[in-house]
Amino acid sequence: MGSHGSHYEREAELDLILEETGFSRANLSGLHQRFQYLDKNKNGFLSQMDLHNIKELERNPLTDRIINSFFPDGGQCVDFGFVWVLAHFRPLENEDSTAGDPQKPKPLNSQNNKLHFAFQLYDLDCDGKISKKEMLQVLRLIVGVEVTDEQLEVIASRTVQEADEDGGGAVSFEEFTRSLDKMNVGHKMSIRILK
Amino acid sequence: MASHLCVPPIAWNWLPLLLLLLLVVVFRFPGAACDLNVSSNSTSHSEPKAHFAAAAAVATTASSEQDERLPVFSLDYDYVQIPYEVTLWILLASLAKIGFHLYHKLPGLMPESCLLIIVGALVGGIIFGTDHKSPPVMDSSIYFLYLLPPIVLEGGYFMPTRPFFENIGSILWWSGMGALLNAFGIGLSLYLICQVKAFGLSDVNLLQNLLFGSMISAVDPVAVLAVFEEAHVNEQLYMMIFGEALLNDGISVVLYNILIAFTKMHKFEDIEPVDILAGFARFIVVGVGGVFFGIIFGFISAFITRFTQNISAIEPLIVFMFSYLSYLAAETLYLSGILAITACAVTMKKYVEENVSQTSYTTIKYFMKMLSSVSETLIFIFMGVSTVGKDHEWNWAFVCFTLIFCQIWRAISVFALFYVSNQFRTFPFTIKDQCIIFYSGLRGAGSFSLAFLLPLSLFPRKKMFVTATLVIIYFTVFIQGMTIGPLVRYLDVKKTNKKESINEELHTRLMDHLKAGIEDVCGQWSHYQVRDKFKKFDHKYLRKILIRENQPKSSIVSLYKKLEMKQAIEMVETGILSTTAFMIPLQAQRIQGTKRLSPEDVESMRDILTHNMYQVRQRTLSYNKYNLRTETSEKQAKEILIRRQHTFRESLRKGNSLPWGKLSGIKNIRYLSFPYSNPHSANRETGTGVFTDDDSSDAIFPPVTFKPHARTGSLQERRQQPEMIPMERLRRGGRSLNLGGQRSAARGDQVSRVRPPLIPKPQFHAVDEEYESGEEEEETRVVGPRWTAEPRNGKEYHKSHSPLLPRK
Repeated sequence: MGSHGSHYEREAELDLILEETGFSRANLSGLHQRFQYLDKNKNGFLSQMDLHNIKELERNPLTDRIINSFFPDGGQCVDFGFVWVLAHFRPLENEDSTAGDPQKPKPLNSQNNKLHFAFQLYDLDCDGKISKKEMLQVLRLIVGVEVTDEQLEVIASRTVQEADEDGGGAVSFEEFTRSLDKMNVGHKMSIRILK
Repeated sequence: MASHLCVPPIAWNWLPLLLLLLLVVVFRFPGAACDLNVSSNSTSHSEPKAHFAAAAAVATTASSEQDERLPVFSLDYDYVQIPYEVTLWILLASLAKIGFHLYHKLPGLMPESCLLIIVGALVGGIIFGTDHKSPPVMDSSIYFLYLLPPIVLEGGYFMPTRPFFENIGSILWWSGMGALLNAFGIGLSLYLICQVKAFGLSDVNLLQNLLFGSMISAVDPVAVLAVFEEAHVNEQLYMMIFGEALLNDGISVVLYNILIAFTKMHKFEDIEPVDILAGFARFIVVGVGGVFFGIIFGFISAFITRFTQNISAIEPLIVFMFSYLSYLAAETLYLSGILAITACAVTMKKYVEENVSQTSYTTIKYFMKMLSSVSETLIFIFMGVSTVGKDHEWNWAFVCFTLIFCQIWRAISVFALFYVSNQFRTFPFTIKDQCIIFYSGLRGAGSFSLAFLLPLSLFPRKKMFVTATLVIIYFTVFIQGMTIGPLVRYLDVKKTNKKESINEELHTRLMDHLKAGIEDVCGQWSHYQVRDKFKKFDHKYLRKILIRENQPKSSIVSLYKKLEMKQAIEMVETGILSTTAFMIPLQAQRIQGTKRLSPEDVESMRDILTHNMYQVRQRTLSYNKYNLRTETSEKQAKEILIRRQHTFRESLRKGNSLPWGKLSGIKNIRYLSFPYSNPHSANRETGTGVFTDDDSSDAIFPPVTFKPHARTGSLQERRQQPEMIPMERLRRGGRSLNLGGQRSAARGDQVSRVRPPLIPKPQFHAVDEEYESGEEEEETRVVGPRWTAEPRNGKEYHKSHSPLLPRK
């Protein structure tokens, strides 16, 4: 694990991560091993290239966006804090332990935060709304080449229109959440092994 | 039989092939052919057989002394009988399969083994009906030496290794103990039934019953996997069924052999406990020994494929020969050849796949499928032949009780064994899963073969066994096979029928992709130390020995290599965003604002989405025993890759920021202050490592460029672009870095973090000369800048750098 700085510092940070992300120690150590595996150059952080090197990821139409979500604000490298992103995908716990305490921030893997994460994938310019253009871009990514631009435009308009309740021409986060009310987002965005 | 030159005119050959079965029947009658195709100057009929002979112009001087005239056309069926008939059967089965798949609904309804059995029965019926004088007979050596290995090899080769090894504990426990439990359970129960005098079975002793139990417990559930496909059974369940199929054959055969040895050696009364212990010990030795042999041969063949770059035509040969050799070698020592060949395939696969050329890889896959298909077909034909015949001994009690006990004992073994193994699993199997496993206990060719090959001397009531086996096979394959599909679908509780809105469809698919992507990032680290240790060992030593050098380290490159150049060019030429094949009325419309759309339009939109959205990559390749189906996912993958490349180049050509994200400067995101040693040297390494690793650029991607700008060395550029562009802005912006990337307040209750960035001091090193400059107009000299980060001062960061503490 890199060179040894102060041991206690590390421990403290580890606890910080554990508390923040909610991972168990075993999981965290597994993730750390994964981090080290991905970090082929052994320089302690991952670049975009390291993530692009994951073979299976290349077949994903959303690869670029997913990878970019690990590097917010255009950074080029990320260290082990990448678990912060992964924490979003922990399965939901059954009881909501922070329900009684409005001051405490919701855990990273709460339904709301999961939805937020997904919302970010659409909202590239970070203005809090998914415009029709952004919707179109997403559609273009995940639909095959046989669909024409015109068709996609129509579909994008329709999509925005369906979700847009206040007529703003774009989908805000709340509208996004509401349109996915019936879907079991918690289940869809949970990865079993991260429990 | 006089010798003959086989140069028959074309017309002769085509007739039997065209008229298939019916003519086969006719041909079987010796001499009957004479009525059909013999030309006018017919042969003399003094001999009972007719001979094929050469063309008319044969010197007749020598034969003028003979009694008969020289036959001009004659027919010799005996010479070609065996290969001829075998070929016809295989051809017939293939035609039946074609028909089977032409009708789309059938494969979902019943497993393909049903079809094969029907064909077998048909052929058997024909052979029986025409009173063939030498019906095909399968004997022990043919089965064990020729027919069985391909089937097992194919199963081992196509097994997905990662889930297999993750679940290996459960799989071994279930297959091993399950086979034993079933075998002994059924055997003992039947023995008890045999004791009942009324059934007339008292001469069947315990050993024979046990043997029968071991035979009948050889299941072949893989056949149901195809039926499951639509129901998306989870990976664990899939793996259990696959693993069971794989190991079950081996274990049954081992058990069978041991019991046969017992039968030969002792009379029943002489068997002592020490023999039983010896039996167990032998069981383990045989099993483990077989696996050991297999692994050794696997490594040897992987090693050899390392050197076959220049003669890639023999690569498939090496793979097959070594696998077969492992089987034979194990059999020589009375070890389990089946387990050997399975282990060989599993070991070999990983390394061989990386070593061999793409075409060899495809050849191996297809050839394997073909061989196993042929073997299985032949076995089913034999089964069909013995079904239709007079050789049966029907005993109601035996047959019925066998059937009942098979089901009961399978249920017992499933529920009991899984109950135990669930205690140790992180993800236990639900009752639903267990029901599916219970119900998928189809018997197949394996049981039949073992029954058929029972030595008659030791088993006077062999016919009864064979009959019972056949009944079980027919029952399970047809009845269980056909109903398991609906059962699985029924158990898989579906969502409500309400149609999803377009929003939901889109977002669902996006989330699926997202989840798959994140899963890929997470990898499949497991809780098991052993596996990780093996991986490390593998990387350090094994791969160096067994895998060729000069392999592209980057996966993208190897993937690109597999892209067909032609397809890439085509896509570029027609324009990626080409016209559609869909005819919808919306094409002409321009919808603006809140124009109302008719329901049909919405419907058609939904349809377009559903049909055209990319499929989420499946973790476990869907395995079909009789077919190789990788076309759509390959095509989709290629499309995605090409498009991404295209988009990339497009965006770069515009010289502007990439279509994603705001690049507000270089920041090294540090969430934690783990101090790392030597960032300088490490990064210098990074630079070279990163940019030169995919150096095997033997035209990775065609030199055909998408754009008129001369761009070569595609991949390297692609990689370095993200670095270049930001550096540009950096230069222009005079190194003013954007501090504090605080996200917009619109983020609800998310923990907002302030990430004070590292202050990187970009150092522009002139990079190696492999990159041409002058690609971007602005760039003049430096093409691949590398920058390193300041050595981080741990202390300094710790205070100001508390990204994870909530800031409210």
